[in-house]
Amino acid sequence: MKMLLSLRINGEERDVFAAAHKTLLEVLREDLNLTGTKHGCELGECGTCTVLVDGDPVLSCLALPVECQGREIKTVEGMAQGGQLHPLQQAFAELGAAQCGYCTPGILLTAEALLVDNGMPTRDEIKVALAGNLCRCTGYTKILDAVELAALRIKGART
Amino acid sequence: MKKDNFTIIGQSLPKIDAWAKVVGETKFADDLVLSRMAHGKLLRSPHPHARIKRIDTTRARALPGVYAVITGHDLPRVKFGILPVSQDEEALCVEKVRMVGDAVAAVAAVDEETAERATELIEVEYELLRPLMSIEDSLAHPEVRIHEYGDGPNVHKAVSLQFGDVEAAFAAADLVREDVFFFEGNTHLPMEQHSAVAQWGADGKLTLWSSTQTPHYVHRLLSKILDVPQAHIRVVAAPVGGGFGGKLDPFAHEIAACKLSQLTGRPVKFTLTREEVFYVHRGRHPVLMWIKTGFTKDGAITGMHFRSWLDGGAYGSYGVASTFYTGALQTVTYKIPVYKFEGARVFTNKPPCGPKRGHGTPQPRFAMECQIDKAAEQLGLDPADMRRQNLAEPFVKTANHLTVTTTGLGECIDRVVEASGWRAKRGSLPPGKGIGIACSSYLTGAGTAVYWNDMPHSGVVVRADRSGLVAVLCGATDIGQGSDSILAYLVAEVLGIEPKDIRVHPADTDLTPVDLGSYSSRVTLMAGNAVIQAAERLRAKIFEAVARKLEVTRDRLVAEDRRVFVDGDPDRGASFAQAVVLAESMFGVLAFPGSYAPPKRAGKYKGGGVGPSPCYSYSACVVEVDVDRETGEVKPTEVWIAHDVGRALNPLLVEGQVEGSVYMGLGEVLMEEQVFRKGVHKIPSMLEYKSPTTLETPEIHTILVESDDPEGPFGAKEAGQGPLLPVIPAVANAVYDAVGVRIDETPITPEKVTKAMDAKRQGKPARVGPERLPVFRFPEPRVVESAFGQPAERIAERPFAS
Repeated sequence: MKMLLSLRINGEERDVFAAAHKTLLEVLREDLNLTGTKHGCELGECGTCTVLVDGDPVLSCLALPVECQGREIKTVEGMAQGGQLHPLQQAFAELGAAQCGYCTPGILLTAEALLVDNGMPTRDEIKVALAGNLCRCTGYTKILDAVELAALRIKGART
Repeated sequence: MKKDNFTIIGQSLPKIDAWAKVVGETKFADDLVLSRMAHGKLLRSPHPHARIKRIDTTRARALPGVYAVITGHDLPRVKFGILPVSQDEEALCVEKVRMVGDAVAAVAAVDEETAERATELIEVEYELLRPLMSIEDSLAHPEVRIHEYGDGPNVHKAVSLQFGDVEAAFAAADLVREDVFFFEGNTHLPMEQHSAVAQWGADGKLTLWSSTQTPHYVHRLLSKILDVPQAHIRVVAAPVGGGFGGKLDPFAHEIAACKLSQLTGRPVKFTLTREEVFYVHRGRHPVLMWIKTGFTKDGAITGMHFRSWLDGGAYGSYGVASTFYTGALQTVTYKIPVYKFEGARVFTNKPPCGPKRGHGTPQPRFAMECQIDKAAEQLGLDPADMRRQNLAEPFVKTANHLTVTTTGLGECIDRVVEASGWRAKRGSLPPGKGIGIACSSYLTGAGTAVYWNDMPHSGVVVRADRSGLVAVLCGATDIGQGSDSILAYLVAEVLGIEPKDIRVHPADTDLTPVDLGSYSSRVTLMAGNAVIQAAERLRAKIFEAVARKLEVTRDRLVAEDRRVFVDGDPDRGASFAQAVVLAESMFGVLAFPGSYAPPKRAGKYKGGGVGPSPCYSYSACVVEVDVDRETGEVKPTEVWIAHDVGRALNPLLVEGQVEGSVYMGLGEVLMEEQVFRKGVHKIPSMLEYKSPTTLETPEIHTILVESDDPEGPFGAKEAGQGPLLPVIPAVANAVYDAVGVRIDETPITPEKVTKAMDAKRQGKPARVGPERLPVFRFPEPRVVESAFGQPAERIAERPFAS
């Protein structure tokens, strides 16, 4: 059964006519061509497909779009503003935190949610926040470094 | 090139593709969408070993939304495999399935869901055969045959090589140890599931976009499998979302996509599910090992005899190479004057094993480095000192005819010993805490291709035009390691421009010269040397043009800061773009090839082709662990690793490779296992197949050592695989230091640690590990003289060098 969904994604209103049982992941990738959101398991195990819904990290492979109507959905495509990269994106690129880059969108968004809640997290707090996002390339080291650098830069920009 | 005066080389620059990756722009294979594209699905066998009696696709074909259904009868009846000696695979099995997950039919439909529903409507009648699920099982039942070829019933390959008289070496030793180890299989677990899109055009030409590490080998094999000339096939490598060796073979979904596209006249996409990726596998072989080594009382090795039994799974894949690799590199780290190796790979009804990061060498490295630790204790030597005193010498040959060029292993050991506080900590940490050390070496590119030929292993074209843009065309594939970026840095260094001025085009068999692929840590060295050659040829023409214009000799010119000018007189010259215009005006189109093939150094004996490499990287690792004496849980708390990378072309990327290797090694030694019950994978999901998260990954201290190897591009060696190797035995040795038990098999789980500690308390041997070896007769050894200590040329001749 198809239904009309009204979604607010990256600040834009998008109407989609999609099967009601499709996951948010599928609708983002297949119906809206927002392929920046990746999939690693489609079972809620790896964190790759993380998006933000009202600012909270959500596994889009387990979420139904109908539940997200009227809420603010953010994908990796919505992180840069007016051509300016988010400090996390900048730091990830500079510090080599993205190797193959496949897990990167999910990790960036999870980290963004963390930094909104906790502007200067400790390394252990970053580890806890990212514990649900698997990365097979980096050994996480450069990812943690990049989140720390972004936090410092965001703080620096505010003060 | 002024080696000590680099501008780009040695800088920690971002990767050239980093920006696309952080904004989600990078198009992986599953992100490709073509008009009218159909979606494919494979029907896979639920049985580990069965004869196919009948396949009926009638009901599947009748399902609305289904465009086509194929079985193996719709494909040419030809078997294939990545190695010419093991042509034993079918994309869709016709007579027999040999593992759960073997594909038997494929569907193309309007969407994935319809395709999946159609596979459920295909009726397959199987006659079940006895599954053989272990090495012992396969050897004990020669009446059941998984394949009809090989070196014996269910024996894919059996090898035996002897370099000198090992028995005499044991007789001359003060201590002879025999130990048995087992390394459990594990899988690559790339974050991206394999995906491919095929489009068979109306012109009869085929294009395949695929997440593959080896577009060239896929290109060759598709031609054989589909019976279409290679000239009519184009393979484009999509950016790979993690490879680690898991995307090196041609796969059923790629072949089915091509055939279904031909039949439907539509592009067809296949993307595997995570469960399918576990079955596609080609990962780390489970290996049982016996190692006998003679030591003098000061710790020198008098000789070594090594045996390995590999559980190969259902197909050949790279298995012959894997078998040789379990015996190849033992001799490269320490002096081993005489050496004997026997290895056998046995077929079982499980997903085939193949190359995973370190291909065939982490298993013997685990065995050897743990045995050295045991010998050091018996001899009363410090394990770090014992290793330090017996290092392989630079520019000499090993017993098995491999050529060591530079080695920085001594410095690596010194640096990790110093940084970790080894001397103060060893034997002095509180109960439950321990520290361990191990070393290793690895290839910088396999010295031979998987098929015999005299052509370049890596080809590059560098082209410049009046716009000032420089394009690099190379058949190599960036799998996240940053090889495209390395090519850009090298070209930028040679031409005196910035990496941003360069576009590196991904592997596309229509456009890019052949590179053999992203495996065996070969791309930086091989494509790197090729791209330097091409860029130097371009620079020579640019210099010639500018020299004529300025009426100076070419040798007075330099290229720096996006300018070409007279050395010492920067105002006399031209911008790089103007210089290119001058050269294009004088010589026409500026496009220059670079070719690389390794020096021909293979030992002159059968099997001598596996192991040679232009040069070897070296690593030393110290790990500190915390072992819970109640639960047996092992927590690595800190890792120090020093890696001889020859030269760090970009230290940031080298560190990333080292850190990723350490992480993956920790997963293998502590938790990862690819295991089966009744032919079915026990844990084919990312939740149950345990791999380290941020919480299980300790702080990693990376130290880069530069030995400036004459074979490497500006002296560089590999970094992507070698650093994984020492981590595994270093953890095992640290566990012994912490709680006094030897866990001689991976993974070192809490169950095994508590079992060994219980045994220790009861006065039994404080060890968990294999107790017995298979009953197996290796062939008579091929006896070759040991080449140990023979001098090697400092500069090797190689094809295409000038």
